[in-house]
Formats: sequence, C-alpha cells, structure tokens
Amino acid sequence: MALFEAKNVTKQFGSVLALDKVSISVPEQCIFGLLGPNGAGKTTLIRIINQITGPDSGELFLNGNRLKPEDVQYIGYLPEERGLYKKMKVGEQALYFAQLKGLSKAEAMKRLKYWFKKLDMVEWWGKKVEELSKGMQQKVQFVTTVLHEPKLIIFDEPFTGFDPVNTNVIKNEILFLRERGATIIFSTHNMESVEELCDNITLINKAKTLLEGNVYDIRKQWAANEYDVVFEGDVTFPGNGQFDILNKQTENDKSVIRLKAKSGADTNDILKIALNSGRVISFNPSLPSMNEIFIRVVEARN
Amino acid sequence: MNKISIIIKREYMTRVRKKSFIIMTILAPVLMAAIIIVPTLVMMNQDQDFKKIAVIEDNSDLFKNVIKNTKNLEFVYLENTKMEDLKNSFEKQGYYGILYISPELVNTPNAIQLLSKKQPPIGLLDHIEGSLEKEIEKQKLMTYNIQNLDEIMKNIETKVSIQTKKIGDSGEVSETSTGIAMALAYLSGFLMYMLVFMFGAQVMRGVIEEKTSRVVEVVVSSVKPVQLMMGKIVGIALVGLTQFLIWVFLTIAIAGVIKSTVLKKENLTEVSQNMTKSLMNDGQQAAAGTQTAEINPQMAEFSKLFSNAMNQPWGLIILCFIFYFITGYLLYASIFAAIGSAVDNETETQQFMLPVTIPIILALMVAMGTMQNPESSLSFWCSLIPLTSPVVMVARLPFGVPYWQLAVSMAIMVITFITFVWMAAKVYRTGILMYGKKTSWKEMWKWLKYSG
Repeated sequence: MALFEAKNVTKQFGSVLALDKVSISVPEQCIFGLLGPNGAGKTTLIRIINQITGPDSGELFLNGNRLKPEDVQYIGYLPEERGLYKKMKVGEQALYFAQLKGLSKAEAMKRLKYWFKKLDMVEWWGKKVEELSKGMQQKVQFVTTVLHEPKLIIFDEPFTGFDPVNTNVIKNEILFLRERGATIIFSTHNMESVEELCDNITLINKAKTLLEGNVYDIRKQWAANEYDVVFEGDVTFPGNGQFDILNKQTENDKSVIRLKAKSGADTNDILKIALNSGRVISFNPSLPSMNEIFIRVVEARN
Repeated sequence: MNKISIIIKREYMTRVRKKSFIIMTILAPVLMAAIIIVPTLVMMNQDQDFKKIAVIEDNSDLFKNVIKNTKNLEFVYLENTKMEDLKNSFEKQGYYGILYISPELVNTPNAIQLLSKKQPPIGLLDHIEGSLEKEIEKQKLMTYNIQNLDEIMKNIETKVSIQTKKIGDSGEVSETSTGIAMALAYLSGFLMYMLVFMFGAQVMRGVIEEKTSRVVEVVVSSVKPVQLMMGKIVGIALVGLTQFLIWVFLTIAIAGVIKSTVLKKENLTEVSQNMTKSLMNDGQQAAAGTQTAEINPQMAEFSKLFSNAMNQPWGLIILCFIFYFITGYLLYASIFAAIGSAVDNETETQQFMLPVTIPIILALMVAMGTMQNPESSLSFWCSLIPLTSPVVMVARLPFGVPYWQLAVSMAIMVITFITFVWMAAKVYRTGILMYGKKTSWKEMWKWLKYSG
C-alpha cells in the first residue's frame, strides 16, 4: 500500500509552471528517489508535501487519507540548505525544533540523549552551532529531522558536506530508519547513492514526470542487451552471428569486452563461446548506470 | 496556539539573555540621567570659577562701580588705562577679560564689548547686562527730576516668576511647569521613536536571519508562516515591554532616592511654604522667604521642578505610552517583517527602508515642534495619522490632550495595525520562501493577492 500519494499536482508561480500534473506514489517502507535536474520542480513538490505551500490543483494522501495540517508531525524534513540558528546552542535548538514538532520537553530530551549518544555528538550539546563544522551541523540537523519518529522522512541532498565515514554512518541510519518502519523520500543528484539506496524513483524535468518505477526495472529497461565479459590475460574473442563486439580493453592482465547481443540470441550460447576462448572471470549484463539514464532521458526531452 | 508560544518563548529568551540587552537595560537610564546632569554640573562648576574683569570706560565715568561684585565675580574699574595697553597683557595681570564701555551706551545698546580668551558664560553676561540696564534706566529717570528717586526705585523693585497651574476637568488645580512638560514630551517622543524603530528593525533582522540560514524551511514545515511571523513579532514586543518597564521602575527608584535624600521632606515643604508666603506678599514673611531661597536658590528651584514633575499625569502617560508602543511597534514591525521576508540579505533592504523611515523621522520632527506649540494643527493631524501618531501623540500628552482626540487616534491606530499585520502576513508567506530574485514594491503587491 502506498504510504504517500500525490495525484495530478499542479502549481504555478505567476507565469511559471512549477509542477504540471505530477503524480507520485511512495510505497510503505520504501526509499523513494525524487530525481531531476536543477529547477525541475523537486523543491516545489517537497514544499507541497510539507504543506509549506499548497498546490493549485491535485490531491495529496498520507496513509490513504487526505493530507491534513496536523500531519506535519508525521513528516520529517531535512532541507537541502541547512537551517539552524547560528548563535543558538545545539541542545537548546534541537529541543526547540522537537517541541515545534509536537514533542513534550521531557520526551524530546530523552530521545535527544539517545541520538546524541548514538551519533557521538554528546559533547556538542552546549556549543553554539556556528562553532561546529559543516558536517557536524548537518548531523545535528539530521537528528532534529528524525527525532519525532516521523512516518515519512524527506531528505533533500542529505550527504553533501559529509566525509566518507560520516556518509556511511548516515546511510546506515537511513537504512535503519526504514527497517524500523519509516518511509523515505530522497532527493539527490548523486546517482550512485540512488542505485545504492533507492527502491523506486520518479524523475521530473520541467514540471513534468519523465520516468518512474523500480530502479532495477528501469535499468533493465534501458539496458540495450549489452554484456561485459572479463577474461584473464589477453584473449581473442571471435565475433559470432549472435552478437557484435563493441569494445575491447586490455589492462592489468585482464581483457574487458563489451558485446551487444542480437535479438533472439541466447546468453547461454554466448557464454559457451566465451568459455572456449579463455579463462572467464565474469560475465555480466551491462546495465546502464542511473547517471546515464538520467542524462539520456533529460537530454532527449530537451 | 501552543506552537506560537514555543516560538514566542524562543524569541524572547534568546534576546533577553543577551549581554547587550542586560547592559542596555541597566545603563540606559543611567546614561540618560548623565546626559542631563553632567552638563548642568559642568556649567555650575564653570560659573563658580572666580573671575576678575577689568572695566575700561572711554573718556567718562558714567558707569563707575555700577557693576557690583559678587561671590565669584570681581569688577576692577581702571581709570586712565587705554584698551591697547591692556589688550595683550590682561591675562598675565590676572584678568579674565576686559569690559569696554563707550559713553554712547546710553543711546546705543551695543556700544559695549567684552574681550576674553574664552567664551564667557551666560551668567556673567546676564549680570553685566542687568546691572547696566538698571543703571541706564535710573539715569534716564533722573532726567525727569523726580524727588526721592532712590527710595522710589528701591520700593518699586520687583521680581516676577510665573506660577503655571493646570485646571483638570473636575476643577482640581495642580502646579505644572512648561519646562517639565517640554522635557517630558521630548523624552517620550524620542523614546517612542527609538523603541519602535529599534525593535522593528530587530524583527526585520530576525526574519532575514531565518531566511538566509534557511531555518524558515524547517520551521515552516512544522508551523504556519504566519505563526512564525507573529511569534517573532510578539516575542520581540515582550522584550521591548520588559525593557521599558524596567526603565520605568528604575526611574521611579531613582526619583524616590532623590526625594528621600537630596530633597528631605522638611526642606521641600519649607521651600514651598515660603513660596506661598512670598506670593501672599506679606512683607516680613516675604523677606524671610527670600532669605531661605537665597541660602539655597538652586535647591529651591530644583525642588520646585521636582514637585512639578510629580504633578504630571504619570499613570495616563505611561499607559498611553505602552498602548502606542504596542500598536506602533506592531504596525512598523509588520512592515519590517514583510521587507525582511522579501530580501535575501540586509544590504538589499536599503530600497525599502527609505519609505518606512520617512514617516517615522517626520513624526519625530513634528514631535519636536509639538514641544514649542502643542496645539498646532500639524501636531493634531499627525497625532491622528497612524504612521506618525505614536511618536507625536506621546509628545503631546504632557501638555494635555482632549480625551476624544486620544480615543479617535487610538481607534485609527488599532484598525491600521490589524490591516498592516494582515497584509504583512500575506507578503511574508510568499517572500520568505522566495530566493535569488530581486524584489520590488510591485512584486510585493502581487504577493498580497496570492492565495494558498
């Protein structure tokens, strides 16, 4: 069942159409990628989900019911540009945001202690935000976003500013949150993390939906029947009526051959020919990266 | 509305705990007092310096020994001395200055010069002018050949000091002082201008801070933009009220201390008794009164001022001040909040600030004019127009304002501030989420009409 749904959402700012009948459907406990180039309308959609602005037309549903103003307590939002009061102390600030989300002071305090301990932030409590580094501030913001245990969490570019270690920490926290039942909408330009984390995506460009669905399905769909065969050493791999060799690279005692199967070709036959040609290390369908798909889809429309 | 109170609390606490707020709150009344007291002390000290002045008369002795010596002034009448002889050496000889009197003085008022290295104090000039004026009058009178002139002159010598009194609606009479009213008008007008502007600008800065740091996106995903704006405005208003009330209490405390120490109770009653007696014109008592007054004339003057100040309608003034502060502040703060929401940083506020500053500075200027002429039609109209009325009306209050005018002004004020807050909320709601766009008044007008 979809935890969150937007149906035919349209929003216009003056003469600019920001969203044109965009629909998304986010299944429960899913990590949902909201993709699109700059200015595509992602932020507008996120703001509408957060009820910061209202749509001109279209409907929004949370858990099958129409989205209500009180529902903000079930939603957590980590905006792309971090929003913390620079002169305020970390602990006070986290408490303030938690209370705005409807937590009691005592409850907020209890949960903050847990999270500060978990993410190794305890000694930051009495510091002013401006004394923290960018990555540290982001960790604080992350905690304030998830503290009220929202059912739906929206992360807008959550990894910018993090070093690899902390990126990993936050990645694991996101997966952990999903395990505990949260549903996550994840907006990013980093396609590697999309492949790694997202189950489903929607790609919007110029206010319209261009692509949507399961990440693996999409990649398979866009795959052009191409395979990568890796051999040990330098081998000659003859062409065959069933496939064409597109490319061959030899380096570090390995040969990587990209081939394109003709329609109706059987991969087992191809593999047999390969096995006869030398020692095969791997044989993989070459799925296009999300990055390639993104660029191809967006450029085709432009 | 629980969330608004959380916002109000944050806005209030973060400001009240600031060092600058605490210092300002305690120091401002002290500074204000210092501004009034220090120059007075300096002037009094200057006057108490002993001065010796050489008097040279040109070819006559009409004014010989006319100017009497006082405690701090000695006039040395030099005969057979030329101006040129003394010009370069008077300071070495211990003179403060040279007074050069021409015999023409009887007919030409400015045929007299005082040469000195420093700017002479007003007290010295008053003394010289007063003595000479009297002498010339006397000499002119003598030409009429009146008998016993000296005696008559002594008899008719009079001093006038107007005792201003105000009659209240119920007929009670209280002593007032135009000086006190003027000082109070100046003080409250200026204070109102300062408070409204200072705290209004704080709202703007707060809004810009939230916008540039993107805090607003986080907050606005939990509360409505209008709640955030109102929370900020109300929170800062409470900061302003706290500061004002502390100032009022500090002033009352200082006044209490002055009353109980400097002006001991007997002292005060004695002086005022003497004054009433001298007013009755009872010869002997008047003499006694003058004597006491002479013993400590400054103290008498001060205690009179003090008791006059006490007669001002303080309750009304403070209540009205608070009313106009709240409504005036809400009016300007909502404009400031709208401006803050429309820009990306503080430098961009310039173009919007001018139209906002003009009415409030105009109000301050009208308020200053009000001190000279509280009944002028300019002050009247400006105390009704909502953008200027907070400053102008509080400046008019010490002179007495008819209740109907107060009521009309307040009613207009309330209607206007509600309208402005409503309009500001609409502009704010759109502006606060708009980045990287140069905003104009026209753009803001469009936002007013957006919905949702």
